[in-house]
Amino acid sequence: MIIRVKPDKTGVVTDGVKHSMNPFDEIAVEEAVRLKEKKIAQEIVAVSCGPAQSQETLRTALAMGVDRGIHVEISGTEYDTLQPIHVSKILAKLAEDEKADIIIVGKQAIDDDANQTAQMTAALLDWPQGTFASKIEKLNGELHVIREIDGGLETIKVKLPAVVSADLRLNEPRYATLPNIMKAKKKPLKKVSPKDLGVDTTARIEVLSVEDPPTRQAGVILADVDQLIIKLKEGGHVQ
Amino acid sequence: MLRQILIHTVARRTYAVNFIQNGAVRGICHSQWCRSSDIELTSIRYPGVQRGSYAQLSEKHVQHFRSILPSERVVTDADDVAAYNVDWLRMVRGASQIVLKPKTTEEISAILKYCNAENLAVCPQGGNTGLVGGSVPVFDEVVISTSLMNSIVSLDELSGVLVCQAGCILENLDSYVSQYGLMMPLDLGAKGTCQIGGNVSTNAGGIRLIRYGSLQGSVLGVEAVKADGEVIDCLSSLKKDNTGYHLKHLFIGSEGTLGIVTKVAIQCPPSPKAVNVAFLGLNTFDDVLQTFKEAKRGLGEILSSCEMMDLLALDAATSNLKLQRPIGEFPFYMLIETSGSNGTHDEEKLTNFLESSMASGIVRDGTVASEPSRIKSMWKLREGITEGLLHDGYVYKYDISLPHSSFYAIIPELKTRLPAEKVGRICGYGHVGDGNLHLNVTTRKFDAAVLKMIEPFVFEWTSKLKGSVSAEHGIGFKKTQYIHFSKSQSSLNLMANIKKLMDPKGILNPYKVLPAQH
Repeated sequence: MIIRVKPDKTGVVTDGVKHSMNPFDEIAVEEAVRLKEKKIAQEIVAVSCGPAQSQETLRTALAMGVDRGIHVEISGTEYDTLQPIHVSKILAKLAEDEKADIIIVGKQAIDDDANQTAQMTAALLDWPQGTFASKIEKLNGELHVIREIDGGLETIKVKLPAVVSADLRLNEPRYATLPNIMKAKKKPLKKVSPKDLGVDTTARIEVLSVEDPPTRQAGVILADVDQLIIKLKEGGHVQ
Repeated sequence: MLRQILIHTVARRTYAVNFIQNGAVRGICHSQWCRSSDIELTSIRYPGVQRGSYAQLSEKHVQHFRSILPSERVVTDADDVAAYNVDWLRMVRGASQIVLKPKTTEEISAILKYCNAENLAVCPQGGNTGLVGGSVPVFDEVVISTSLMNSIVSLDELSGVLVCQAGCILENLDSYVSQYGLMMPLDLGAKGTCQIGGNVSTNAGGIRLIRYGSLQGSVLGVEAVKADGEVIDCLSSLKKDNTGYHLKHLFIGSEGTLGIVTKVAIQCPPSPKAVNVAFLGLNTFDDVLQTFKEAKRGLGEILSSCEMMDLLALDAATSNLKLQRPIGEFPFYMLIETSGSNGTHDEEKLTNFLESSMASGIVRDGTVASEPSRIKSMWKLREGITEGLLHDGYVYKYDISLPHSSFYAIIPELKTRLPAEKVGRICGYGHVGDGNLHLNVTTRKFDAAVLKMIEPFVFEWTSKLKGSVSAEHGIGFKKTQYIHFSKSQSSLNLMANIKKLMDPKGILNPYKVLPAQH
């Protein structure tokens, strides 16, 4: 599939494009399911903020082993300008309502690459954060989060409740199997609006223009070094 | 105990993440394995094959080629030529000293005219992804690579007819036509490397044949150059054209022995708006057949692929290429793909089919995907088998067509026939929808004794069941002695006469397709 910029330069063409779960969020879901399988966690709730298609993504999470889903419906122009700050406020509010002990998010989304949601959610809740987790263990009522940093691994201890963001090597997400896909259809999925949660999702940014990357200019093959030097001088690359 | 975990999942629009296709994978293979000079020369491994009485390449010839092509497109450096001498499976190695890289039909015509006059044998080569040793020289044939013949001539958006040069890479063509809402009518594991000219010359099949038919149907026209340099223009782009003999069929599937394909006109169907893939686990081969039958009935016109693989075949991809197996261990797996114009409609059909197959117990477990990234990783399991098998060592590869009822019976038969301590893996996978089984045996190193136990046994067995000894891979160099198992003497005689007529000196891809006595 080829990404095309809309003629009015307000964004990229997304009509008819299939939605799927952000890969880092898939890792987050997998980790939550593993925590439940290890009997560390009791219940898993998946949250997705977006248009109607978000429900398909939630069903995938349910089929992977999540217990119930919450769809925060945001569509149209508000969805186009939805920022990590909005999502963080929604997650913080839901975490309080649901009395969650851990929030696991993917470290970043692969379209905007913002990498802000975990950090801002932790700040809003005033919870500790373990970002870019490549391994999570629960020891003595605390979480040990191992992070891949330059030059090695860093282990940090965080008290619960906490926010964790999943890095690539945390786990390899499972495929949802047919029996579980069928079971997932019967699992509860609640729909709420940001308004219900008291979160204002009005745009805080304005997209001025979305442009195609500049096209690369064709190269030329030169016969010898002399010609290369002439070309370099013409281009002002050498004196 | 934690009461609850809240996870945030974002439904993101899936933009194409172009995974590295076979093109790049091949690069890795070359660097990680032995140097090409470690592979035994074909002339040594197959002492029964005699070099024809062709001229030896001389400095005079090289000079003349340099007058036809700019010198950078006449490759004579031994290291550069080496890659063109070895096939992708690394089972045969020729000893050519020269590779020519024409860009136009006229250049190919001039090259062939000269070679014919000088009695120099030639070996046409596309992406060199063939599996029967047809794309590399046997002795010292002049290699004519079509790699630089990669321009697209035209695309008619309304009729979907694409006209392009022979050296266009299949995947590049597919990306190109996808901008116009079209797709290539064939798809195969080697798409990132193989060229359309090679696909046409070998009448390549692949994973969508069940839906879009063979190239004999979708190729509307061909331009080819005969051995004497004459350009045969049958580049019609008409869907219907019953005027005279259908000469294009002489070039489709004749593996470069009657002419070199230089341009093709190919009918591209509209690309589907919705694609779903199900990966299923089954207990018996009878269940596989039953599922195929149900899939045809339940999915009807949206069924676009129906593939099977046994546990050991899948294991070649999962263990050797470190891919994740999506479901538990089962003796058989199937990959079923639907392509259609209405996602909701397709999903409903597929769900009904899967629910009833699960309920009746013929399918034991499975998973399903409709997102491009997941679909790609499921296909990678099926398409990665060929490459995964290479990691075992030496691969004895058979590609046979059989009636569905006896499709898989050869595998248990071979398992009792071959000594377990000598053989690494005996496995089967393939296009169950088309009755086409890829039978593969691997050993750590080439073992002539094992080969003797497999051949001609497999061919005799196939022939007895009225199957074909080569369903889609062709005859190439490897199977010339076995063509008679699937073709009558009278047809072979006619083939030999056609060859004599079109290439009297036999310079085009010698030692391939037809048995030596002809």
